[in-house]
Amino acid sequence: MIRRLSTYVIRRVLSMILLLVLLSLVVFILFSLLPADPARLTCGKSCTPEIIEANRHRLGLDMPVLAQYWEFVKGIFVGRTYAANSPDPVQCSAPCLGYSFKRGEEVFVLIKDRLPATIWLAFGAFVLWLAAGISLGIYSALRRGRWQDRSVMGVALVGYSLPSFFIGLVAIFFIIIRWQLLPFPSYISPLENPVQFLQTMILPWIILATLYAAFYMRLTRNQMLEVLGDDYIRTARAKGLPERVVIRKHALRAGLTPIVTAAGLDLAGLLGGAIITESIFSLPGIGSLAVNSVNDADLPLIVGITLVAATFIIFANLIVDLLYAVIDPRVRLS
Amino acid sequence: MTSASAPFLSVQDLSVTFPTEDGRVQAVDGVSFSVERGKTLAVVGESGSGKSVTAQAIMGLLDRRLSSVTGHAWLEGRDLVAMDDDEVRRERGSRMAMIFQDPMSSLHPFYRIGAQLSEAVLVHQKVSKQAAREQALEMLNRVGIPDPRTRIDNYPHQLSGGMRQRVMIAMALINSPALLIADEPTTALDVTVQAQILELIGNLQQEYDTAVIMITHDLGIVADIADDVAVMYGGRIVESGSVDDIFYRPQMPYTLGLLASVPRLDQVRAERLDPIPGNPPSPISLPPGCVFQPRCAYSDRVADHACEGVRPELVDIGGGHAVRCHLDGGQRLAIATDVLDALAGSGA
Ligand SMILES: Nc1ncnc2c1ncn2[C@@H]1O[C@H](COP(=O)(O)OP(=O)(O)OP(=O)(O)O)[C@@H](O)[C@H]1O
Ligand code: SF4
Ligand SMILES: [Mg+2]
Repeated sequence: MIRRLSTYVIRRVLSMILLLVLLSLVVFILFSLLPADPARLTCGKSCTPEIIEANRHRLGLDMPVLAQYWEFVKGIFVGRTYAANSPDPVQCSAPCLGYSFKRGEEVFVLIKDRLPATIWLAFGAFVLWLAAGISLGIYSALRRGRWQDRSVMGVALVGYSLPSFFIGLVAIFFIIIRWQLLPFPSYISPLENPVQFLQTMILPWIILATLYAAFYMRLTRNQMLEVLGDDYIRTARAKGLPERVVIRKHALRAGLTPIVTAAGLDLAGLLGGAIITESIFSLPGIGSLAVNSVNDADLPLIVGITLVAATFIIFANLIVDLLYAVIDPRVRLS
Repeated sequence: MTSASAPFLSVQDLSVTFPTEDGRVQAVDGVSFSVERGKTLAVVGESGSGKSVTAQAIMGLLDRRLSSVTGHAWLEGRDLVAMDDDEVRRERGSRMAMIFQDPMSSLHPFYRIGAQLSEAVLVHQKVSKQAAREQALEMLNRVGIPDPRTRIDNYPHQLSGGMRQRVMIAMALINSPALLIADEPTTALDVTVQAQILELIGNLQQEYDTAVIMITHDLGIVADIADDVAVMYGGRIVESGSVDDIFYRPQMPYTLGLLASVPRLDQVRAERLDPIPGNPPSPISLPPGCVFQPRCAYSDRVADHACEGVRPELVDIGGGHAVRCHLDGGQRLAIATDVLDALAGSGA
């Protein structure tokens, strides 16, 4: 059994690597078809077509797409030097995800600097929405059709339909500007100033979690109701198990398993940047970086962010599948 | 109530309704029967006749918020219907147990066989986990699971349907209940496996002196296993009696229809069976008179359209054989003779 689990893991990891290669290739080709011209961004106002062409050649942007892709992949592992033969070469050390000439910075460094804010935002919201969504979803399912169920589902519907930029702006207006309950958001690492960190993050956490919590309430409720109607739950009751054991041991285990999938993928999606929330609260995360990179038509940065975000999702898929195999013996043993 | 003559299980005037959005569903309507230890009562009837709901009402498995159960189910003098949730829960799995139609979905897919069996022991007995596992092993052995020491650590999906039903039986009988309700335990299984499972239930019944309620819509198996039979239609018992009463002296037109629709071993395959024309009534709008009237070929023999307007009562016609029909004895006998003769003729 252990052996079968490990072959399963190896198979899944191999297919993940293959998927990553394919995905990066597709992203690379797709973006090279865009009308944006990275060479155009390599010089400032005093640009002439001649300089742009020269830069294009020096940076290898006139090479075939596949050759450029190969340089890119090589760069990830061994780093690369742009315009090596020119008087001012640009060094990009491994893992090199490209170089933003617009910002004069390695893409990897740009992303790395923005990642902490995004990770904090995503994990904080994740914990909140799982706690609220799952517990209220279960509560609602156990009181199906009664007023408690209806109120929870009503709240979920409201949370679900309010756009987060709207609640975000309303919250900023009232809580920060009108009532001055919190200072203006200004991100700082929790290691440096935990109080300011919490004051900055609390609203974004709640607002981001609201949307997801609403979704998870419904998901959990529906899952639980479905499982509670399953035959093995009837068997558990027929055995004479107390209802609380039937719920906790038999229904929850089966009912929450599909939620693992949704939660893993949603978290991974957020690690690629929560664009709206980050922008509203001016959090220096991947989401706002992505918005800026698109505004600037900063192609290397866009490619880099896309790849990182996609990697998170592929990785989350792997983790979720492995978790599934641990939870459900039918996956593990077939 | 616990006098020596009181039956082991006595169900009296049991009714179940479900309030639904479409109206009140009268799933079971005034059902009465009794079973003794060591005996088997077969409950037969078409789909939707209320067999499973009757069983679930006895087991206390119906959600009180979503259903209303009235009447009595005396188990050795204690009324299961009147008990509170926790009292009846303690009877479930210890004094009375149930197995279900689909062994594929009736076991929890995430837990090992052994854990599911031990759990049943541990809720009702104060024993160690090790002792519970020993009991589980012993029980798997008894129900004929080969190599139980390996199988006990299997997950349900690693077993065949027949094996899973054996596990279900082991789980039901592990606390030696005095009453076993089997709700179509073989319907989902291959024909060869069906016979084995029925034989197993029969053997264990003798060993434990269990009262068995066997729910089925397959009259073919009833003659072999049952002592008594209750025929249900539209939530009511329409005829009940001993196996011989039902098979050799049937009286009620619906029972006759059922008998005529049973495939018989001596019948040539190509020959058409005689299914009862029409469909069972909707439990939301049962006919006011006899529930079988819309499909009955003989209701015009009863005067004053009584079948349409007057609800017939279940009347004991002697020796515990009870019939719910407005026809008088002579008319029923004549009809039964015709039908049985025709059956014998087609079988020859
Ligand atoms: N929880 C419920 N809510 C509403 N109606 C129900 C409920 N459970 C059963 N019924 C209805 O009660 C009637 C009797 O159902 P029951 O399951 O007892 O039939 P059955 O005789 O066991 O049939 P089958 O052979 O199909 O198992 C059916 O019409 C069914 O639709
Ligand atoms: S009461 Fe009337 S309708 Fe019902 S079975 Fe008897 S004859 Fe038929
Ligand atoms: Mg049924």
